[in-house]
Amino acid sequence: MNIDDIKKEFPIFDDKIQNNDLVYLDSANSSQKPRVVVDRIYDFYTKEFSNVGRSVHYLAVAATNLYEQTRVSVQKYINAKDKDEIVFTKGATEAINLVANTFGQKYLSEGDEVLLTELEHHSNYVPWHFLRKAKNIKIEFAEINDDGEVTLEAIEKKITNKTKIISVSHLSNVTGAILPIKEIVELAHTKNIPVLIDGCQGAPHLRLDMQDIDCDFYAISGHKMYGPTGIGVLYAKKKWLEDLPPYQGGGGMINEVKKEGITYGELPNKYEAGTMATAQVIAFNESIKFMEKIGIQNIEKHEKELLDYGLEKLRKNNSVNIIGNPKEKGGVISFTIEGVHPHDIATILDEDGVAIRAGHHCCQILHDKLNLPATARASFGVYNTKDDIDKLDEAINKCKKIFNL
Amino acid sequence: MDLKDLYQEIILDHGKNPRNLGKFDNYNKDAKGNNPLCGDNVHVYLRLNENKKVEDIAFEGHGCAISMASASIMTDMVRGKEEKEVKEIVTDFLGMIKEKDSLETNILKDDEKTKLMSLSGVKQYPMRVKCATLSWHTLTSALDNSDQIVKTED
Repeated sequence: MNIDDIKKEFPIFDDKIQNNDLVYLDSANSSQKPRVVVDRIYDFYTKEFSNVGRSVHYLAVAATNLYEQTRVSVQKYINAKDKDEIVFTKGATEAINLVANTFGQKYLSEGDEVLLTELEHHSNYVPWHFLRKAKNIKIEFAEINDDGEVTLEAIEKKITNKTKIISVSHLSNVTGAILPIKEIVELAHTKNIPVLIDGCQGAPHLRLDMQDIDCDFYAISGHKMYGPTGIGVLYAKKKWLEDLPPYQGGGGMINEVKKEGITYGELPNKYEAGTMATAQVIAFNESIKFMEKIGIQNIEKHEKELLDYGLEKLRKNNSVNIIGNPKEKGGVISFTIEGVHPHDIATILDEDGVAIRAGHHCCQILHDKLNLPATARASFGVYNTKDDIDKLDEAINKCKKIFNL
Repeated sequence: MDLKDLYQEIILDHGKNPRNLGKFDNYNKDAKGNNPLCGDNVHVYLRLNENKKVEDIAFEGHGCAISMASASIMTDMVRGKEEKEVKEIVTDFLGMIKEKDSLETNILKDDEKTKLMSLSGVKQYPMRVKCATLSWHTLTSALDNSDQIVKTED
């Protein structure tokens, strides 16, 4: 599959949006969907639908097999040791909540510390905040430096003998900084501290190898990986999934239910209570195959080229201020324009079909630190081209013109 | 949709140089408002005299051109008005931003109405309506002595 020609695999680009060719620069928020994923959902519902894991009729068995095939695909894609280490969730948010809740229940008590960073998305802060309220634990934040990075040293500085778990982003959705997660895991493990990686922005753009990274937990968002909404993955080492209590109770996650007591099911069923997002899980397999077909190394290379081109272009554009300058950076450019609020930028860009995000991007702690209430953000996916960046640059110029800059 | 309707000269002017920005000492009513989606916030301060007249009004905060211009024009417009007149203007303005084609109140002069109507361009941009209305809801909250922080989201 030729990456330069990939746009045509995505039906959203077939038609004009508000009379414009769509320049979609909001993939860090959610990616567009290739035809194979959309078709898979339609085909499953029209020709193959059944619930999974329960009935023994033909459709149920076939659907269960398809559902389990996605688990194996994910396992292989992220090089997990065992398919039972793959738990489907409704998204990365639920994956993090699952860990915070079950790990918190079993291992956290008053005065214990959870170590996050200042660049975390709210979904990797709020679930821990619940524990702060319920159990009186403490939350520490490793600091970002002037380049918008969190270094290994910054993490090390905040580790104490009270630190019980470290939970950090793989790739910042604001500064684009790629954290040294392998080194963080290595350091944490020397002190017997487990590590959760929020991989929302990592999984769609970077090669993943769970056995190499050696993290204890890794949270994945399906809809940012060209997959459907309503599907995420928690990777967790088997020892944790066996050790931690179940998260939600319901059908499918039990072994035996008696009036006197209940025993829970085997992995991975233990963490998949109730009817799961069956069609989405099955269609997610197509997203994985789609990315494999392009090749993650090609995706990384393509997005790096776009990033370098975008940074060069926007740096030349007077009055554009780029947020952060991390050495290792993913395809995210957050910026401000002196004298124009990010929301005004987004509205003006939208008029030309250039879709970006404006706001705090669910990272208020980071924006407080930067002393900015909001930023504008352009983020890339496989379908973006240099032409998209040229259009972004032109639209920014129009914005400056309207504001007489 | 036309950006010129949204970013009229008067909006850009008030957005860039908001009037009544800041805080004054002897205010006796105030309220805060937030837009959690974008992080914009506003704090409205006003002084109501014994005749329930707005003697002075100002605001602090940050936000987009639309929200700053809206707060700026609003504060200009309600200074010197009686509380019940202010409430009528607020209701009229919010009605216009949401559905009505024009302003109906007799309290405002024609040139004041023209000024306020410069904000009507946001109607075409549903995501931006909240930017224009935040300071107005916050003004109501200040008059009602509500301790609740006004939020654009529930």
